[in-house]
Amino acid sequence: MTKLPKSFDEFSNAKREGFLKVKELKEQGKDIIGTYCTYTPKELIMAAGAIPIGLCGTSEEPIQEAEKDLPRNLCPLIKSSYGFGVTDTCPYFYFSDLIVGETTCDGKKKMYELLKEKKAMHVMQLPQNNEDKESFNLWKKEMKKLKEKLEKQFDVEITDEKLKEAINLRNREREIMKQFYELGTLCPPPIEGSEILEVLYGAEFKFNKEEHIKEMGSLLEDIKEDYQQGERKIAEDKPRILITGCPIAGDSEKVVKAIENSGGVVVCFENCFGVKANEELVAENINPIDALTKKYLNIPCSVMSPNDGRLDLLSELIDRYQVDGVVDIALQGCHTYNIETATIKEFVNNEKNISYTNIETDYSQTDTGQLATRLGAFIEML
Amino acid sequence: MYSIGIDIGSVATKAVLFNKRIVDKTITPTGWSPKQAGQQCLKKLLETNNLQKKEIKQVVVTGYGRISTDFADKIVTEITCHAKGAHFIDEQIRTIIDIGGEDSKAINIDKEGNVTDFIMNDKCAAGTGKFLEVTINSLGIDIADIDKLAQDIEPEEISSMCAVFAESEVTSLLAQGASKKSIILGIIDSIASKTMILLGKIDTRDKILFTGGLAQSKRIKEVLSNKLDSKIYTSDHSQFAGALGAAIIGWNS
Repeated sequence: MTKLPKSFDEFSNAKREGFLKVKELKEQGKDIIGTYCTYTPKELIMAAGAIPIGLCGTSEEPIQEAEKDLPRNLCPLIKSSYGFGVTDTCPYFYFSDLIVGETTCDGKKKMYELLKEKKAMHVMQLPQNNEDKESFNLWKKEMKKLKEKLEKQFDVEITDEKLKEAINLRNREREIMKQFYELGTLCPPPIEGSEILEVLYGAEFKFNKEEHIKEMGSLLEDIKEDYQQGERKIAEDKPRILITGCPIAGDSEKVVKAIENSGGVVVCFENCFGVKANEELVAENINPIDALTKKYLNIPCSVMSPNDGRLDLLSELIDRYQVDGVVDIALQGCHTYNIETATIKEFVNNEKNISYTNIETDYSQTDTGQLATRLGAFIEML
Repeated sequence: MYSIGIDIGSVATKAVLFNKRIVDKTITPTGWSPKQAGQQCLKKLLETNNLQKKEIKQVVVTGYGRISTDFADKIVTEITCHAKGAHFIDEQIRTIIDIGGEDSKAINIDKEGNVTDFIMNDKCAAGTGKFLEVTINSLGIDIADIDKLAQDIEPEEISSMCAVFAESEVTSLLAQGASKKSIILGIIDSIASKTMILLGKIDTRDKILFTGGLAQSKRIKEVLSNKLDSKIYTSDHSQFAGALGAAIIGWNS
């Protein structure tokens, strides 16, 4: 086992360090916008001179408190997000001047109705279909509404110029993130899936994007150099796993750990912090609002119906990452991803002819043994 | 040379001594210490067959207790082991239904005994041995006796999937004057229904082998066969399928 490049530490501590940075930023008079979802067009927020920050929602801790208001059988991500808000234990939530949410799934949109009692909230109406012209128009109108809201609240003008700048910056960040997670296409990959995830998730808490792009560049260089010099820390014959489904971070990382402990290697995260968010760039040669509308509406989340984009993306990823098996993760109570497992299983087994398993889990650690057996058997099967 | 496979389940620990055939097998309650139960089985197989540890090529451990042992040369999940065991019992087996103490699963295998698909119950006792144990306890009947009951009565319907709720459902059925026998048949039906939900998620293929502790009950096998409309086989080694598979993996390594 070789050690990771030193620059990697920067990312594993990103969330914790972010807590201090956000306080500093606030003291410098910066406006902070809390977000919950990949659908939030962060470019608009950046163009308003504010800082978009992903709010806490990946830990079991505040769920008990959340269940005082929310039903128990709701997705842990929603309960955790709400719990952190009502208990005011997420520093990012605390420092947020405004929260931007979207009407993605039923759980989230209804939770936002309760959460807005705690904090100023702007909820974008997300269409449930990404193919119709009407959906595009609705989403475009929502983009404009958010723009107006931000302009009014922070007394700024979001010019096309500023917007294009933000789009360019975020695209460059996406490009470098892509280069990073595409390390997983190498056989064997230079780093473990849990390490890829740590960096992907860590990126959420890198507020200075230019700095982040630079850091990513040097991290990539370090890893590539080691690899070119022949360093291999992962055996070539390990089964290559693609993870798809609900967002994986924090307490749900147990799934990644279970795969790794069973002798598999996660080479690709199709989830929200990974490919789903970064793969498609925002077009820079058209009207910026149109470009943002198109990019964000195209995110292949299971809240869309139909959601064929997910199959197209999976098909391409399975080939490109030479995937041996797909692990589809649905959080308990996430109806849209849970229902889609049937379609994904059929597609992966019969169209792509590789193995598939789906795991339904939550943020608790009570199913660690079960996960070890299920994922262990799955890896043994490959 | 021999190999030994040990399957440490939540209720019982099973072990098989193997050298291309099943030489001996033993079973003991797992109790509070899975590690001790495994050790006990290992010791027993060695002693009764007059063997030294060095005559054992490999000890392979499976089952939920597999991670707690220190005497395993290798640990393998019970799903892979069941597949190997079932294939040895009958090469024509393509689907395995395993109902154990705390979980139930369905496994599809190919003609070489490799797992092609599997499904496990969620984290709930419904449809497992635990469900039977909890509900039947409130009737004061021993699990071993369920097959001796008359077959010609209508089962009561137990609608609760949750073992705890089903237990109180049993209590109210008793209060309403339902017979113990009809309640037991209802409990068995409930387990079979839950198993059917599991089986609905994978393509069951003939032949089907029923393994795990509950495979000892002819009644459960019959109800399952009827619901599935397909013959289900059991074997004298059904309860040992996991341990047998582990022993085979050890033998082949």
